[in-house]
Amino acid sequence: MSQTITIRKGLDIRMKGEAERIISDTQRSSSFAIQPPNFIGTTPKLLVKEGEKVKAGTVLFFDKYRESIKYVSPVSGTIKEIVRGAKRRIMAVIITPDSEIEYEQQQIGDVQNMNRQEVKQMMLDSGLWPFLKMRPIDIVANPEVSPKSIFISSFDSHPLAPDYDFILHGKDAEFNAGIEVLKKLTDGYIHLQVRTSSDEVFMNAKSVKLNIVKGPHPAGNVGVQMHHIDPINKGECIWYINPQDLLIVGRYALTGKYDATKTIAVTGENVKNRKYFKTIIGSQISSLINKNDISDNSRIISGNSLTGEKVEENGYLNYYDSQISVLPEGDQYRFFLKDGWLSAGFSKFSASRAYPTWLMPKSKEYAIDTNLNGEERAFVVSGQYEKVFPFDIYPVHLIKSILINDIESMENLGIYEVAPEDFALCEFVCTSKINVQEIIRDGLDIIYDECM
Amino acid sequence: MKFLRKIFDNAHKKINSSEKTKKFFPLIDSMDTLLFTPNHITKKGAHIRDGIDLKRTMMLVIIALIPCLLFGIYNTGYQHYSVLGELGTVSFLDIILTGALVVLPLVVVSYGAGLFVEFIFCIRNGHAIQEGFLVSGMLIPLIMPADVPLWMVAMATIFAVIIGKEVFGGTGMNILNVALTARAFLFFAYPTKMSGNKVWITGYEDMNVDGSSGATALGDLASTVDLATNDPVAQGVATKLSDGGSFDLMNSFLGFIPGSIGETSALMCLLGGALLLWTGIASWRVMVSFFAGGFLMAFVLNKMGGNVYFDLPAIHQLMLGGFMFGMVFMATDPVTAAQTNTGKYIYGFLAGFLGILIRMVNPAYPEGVMLAILIANVFAPLIDHMVISSNIKRRLKRLKTA
Repeated sequence: MSQTITIRKGLDIRMKGEAERIISDTQRSSSFAIQPPNFIGTTPKLLVKEGEKVKAGTVLFFDKYRESIKYVSPVSGTIKEIVRGAKRRIMAVIITPDSEIEYEQQQIGDVQNMNRQEVKQMMLDSGLWPFLKMRPIDIVANPEVSPKSIFISSFDSHPLAPDYDFILHGKDAEFNAGIEVLKKLTDGYIHLQVRTSSDEVFMNAKSVKLNIVKGPHPAGNVGVQMHHIDPINKGECIWYINPQDLLIVGRYALTGKYDATKTIAVTGENVKNRKYFKTIIGSQISSLINKNDISDNSRIISGNSLTGEKVEENGYLNYYDSQISVLPEGDQYRFFLKDGWLSAGFSKFSASRAYPTWLMPKSKEYAIDTNLNGEERAFVVSGQYEKVFPFDIYPVHLIKSILINDIESMENLGIYEVAPEDFALCEFVCTSKINVQEIIRDGLDIIYDECM
Repeated sequence: MKFLRKIFDNAHKKINSSEKTKKFFPLIDSMDTLLFTPNHITKKGAHIRDGIDLKRTMMLVIIALIPCLLFGIYNTGYQHYSVLGELGTVSFLDIILTGALVVLPLVVVSYGAGLFVEFIFCIRNGHAIQEGFLVSGMLIPLIMPADVPLWMVAMATIFAVIIGKEVFGGTGMNILNVALTARAFLFFAYPTKMSGNKVWITGYEDMNVDGSSGATALGDLASTVDLATNDPVAQGVATKLSDGGSFDLMNSFLGFIPGSIGETSALMCLLGGALLLWTGIASWRVMVSFFAGGFLMAFVLNKMGGNVYFDLPAIHQLMLGGFMFGMVFMATDPVTAAQTNTGKYIYGFLAGFLGILIRMVNPAYPEGVMLAILIANVFAPLIDHMVISSNIKRRLKRLKTA
C-alpha cells in the first residue's frame, strides 16, 4: 500500500538566493576531477597514470577493500594530474577533456532478461555502482548483500535545493529504465517518495511504491523517509539513489554508454545568474560560475548550505552534488545592540522564538551568512534538537554516546538509522554551536570498523 | 562602534604579545564578546547557523528576572517601614533607597565572587568564560533573606561555583542548580542567619517593635501545626492569612509579604515566566507539571486538614514560600532538569509535589521548594534513563519482530 506520511518536526530555512527555473548550457569545463574523498570509507587503488588517455567510462580506480567496485572517468581525455594529500592519500584524479566525448561502448542486453548477479556485475564494471549508497553508515553500497528495499526521494528539501520535478521533466524513458535495473537488485519494494503533486515522471513511474510525504525539511531526506516507511534494524540495510543519478543508470541500460550529464542549480545570494546548468559530473566550478558574478568575500559550497563542502573557485563539483551555493562570509564583528546578540533581530533567521522570525510572514526570505553567531559551548539548552529531528530517536543522547565511544549505547539508540545529513538541522539550530554532523560521522565510522 | 573595536583589537594584540600575559585572554575576551558578536565563521558541518546563542538565551532570563529584582528592592524597603509603622509618612524614594541599599550590594557581591572564581578557572584551563554564571549571579541575591551578611553570600557563591559547577566541568556539566547550592550551603552552615524571625525584614534586629513577629507567612504557619485549630495563637495566624490580613491571598500574590528578596511576588514571577514561555527559553512542561504537582499535594493535605496550616487553601499555599519563583526560574534550569520531553513532566511533577510535601509535613523546613528542586536535580538523570530505556526497548522489539 502506498503511504502518506506527514513530517511534523523540521524547519524550512527561508534563504535568499533561489535559482530561476531556466536550463542553460555551459561552456564545457576545461578540467574534470573525480575525488576519492567524496566516497567515504573508500581507499582508492589507481589503474591509471598521469598522461594516460581515457574514455568516458574507463576505470580510474577501484576500492582497495571492495575490489569489485570500480570508479570511472566521466569524460574522455588525458589524465592531467593525480593530486595527493597528506600521507600520499589520493585527493583527486584530474582529467583534461577531449573536445568531443568518446564513450566506452558496451553491448547491453535487455535488463529484463538478466538475473541479479548479472545486473550487479554490469553496474560494478561500468562504474555505475557508486551511485548506490546504503543505510546504515551512509557509504557506497556493499555489493555482497541484498537490501531489504531501495529508496528514491524525488525531491530535495534542503535550503535552495534544485527542483527535481523541473530537472527530470520529460525524462520518463531513462527514469523507468533505471528503475528496471534497480528492480533486479532487491526482493523488496522500490519506494519512491513524492510530494502531494509531483511531476508525472515520478507520479507515473512504473514498478515502484509511491509514497506521499508532507512537511518541512528534512522531509526530503531518505533517512527520514526510511524511518517512517521501512525502519532499519540492526543487520538490515536499505540502498538509496539520487533521481538524477538514476537517470545515468537508465541511460547506460538503454545505450551502453556511461553518460554522466547532470543538471546543476547555481544558488545563493552572492552569485548573479542563478540558473540551472547542464554539465557533467566532476566539472570545475569556474565552468558553471563566472568569476565576475561572484560578490566579494563569498564562500562557494559544492552542495547545499547545510551539508555541502566549501570549495575554491578553481575547485570541482563533488560527485553526488546537484547544487552550488554561494553565500556571504560572515566574518565581521557585530555590535551587540545593533545586529549582534542582543539586537531586535528582525533581519536574522532563527528557529528560536527569542528572535522575531516566528512573527514574520512565512514568505519573507532572509540573508544568511556563514557567521557562527556565537561560540562553541557545552550542551546547555534541551529540547531544541527534538523540534527539528523527526525520528523516534533521542538525538542528544545518541550524540553523547558517540562522544564517549559507547558502541552498545550507540546501537541501542539508533545509530543504524541515521546519517550526518539528518542531523544537519540540529546543527543549524544548536544554541551551543556544536559540530553535530562531524560527531555523527565519527560514530558511523566507529560502527563500520567495529560492527560491520 | 569602530573606536570600541579598535580598543579591543589593540588589547588582544597586547595581551597575545607575551607568553606570560597570553593566558589572561579570558579577561579581554569576556568584555569583547559581551559588546560584539565575534567574527567566527563556520569551519565544519553546516555552513549557516541559527542566530540564537547562549548569551541571548541567558540575557532573556535576566530580563525575565528584572520584575522580581525591582519589586524585591521595593518590598525590602516596604517591609522595613511597615514594621516601623511609618508607611504613611515615608516617601516612595525612601522605600526604594532603603531596599536598594540592601539588595544592590548583594548583587555586586554575588557577581563579584562568582565571576572571580570563574575567571580563575578559565585562565587555568585556557578557555573563554562561559555564560552560565550570568543567570546564577542574579538568582543568588534574589533567594537570600534581606539581612544576610555579605561575607556569607560571597562564601556561598564561591562554594556553589567551585563545588557545584566547576569541578564537574563548568557550564552545562553541573548536576545541581548553582543558585540553590549556594542557598543550601548557607541553610545548613548558618541556619540561624537563614531562617527564624529576625532576618527577613531588613533592620529588624535593631527595631524594638511590639505587635510584629518579623516572621514570614510560612514561619507563622509552621508554628500552628502542633496547635489545635481554635487555639488563640493559631487563630491569630489564621486571621493574618484570611482576607484583609497582612498575609492574605492578594498580598501573597502581589508580594507585599516578608520573605527572600525576589521570591515574594507571584505576580512578578509570572510576568517573568510569561516572557520565558513566549520566547521559548523555559520549558512549559516543567512549569506546568511543577504547578500541578504542588497543587495536588497542597490540595490533598488541605483535604486532610487538622490545623491552620493545612486548612490554608491550596492556591494560597502555592503563593507562599518561593514556590512560584522555583517554578519559573529554578526548576526550569535546562542543564539540571530532565532533558527528555517526557522526563520533564515527571521531573517537574516530582519537584512540585515534594516541595509542598516537605514544607507542610516538616515545619522545620519551610525551604521545602529549594530542597525538593535539588532532589529532583539528582533524580533527573535517572528519569531520563527510564525514558530512554523505553525507547531502546521499543527499538529492540522492532528488531525481534522484523
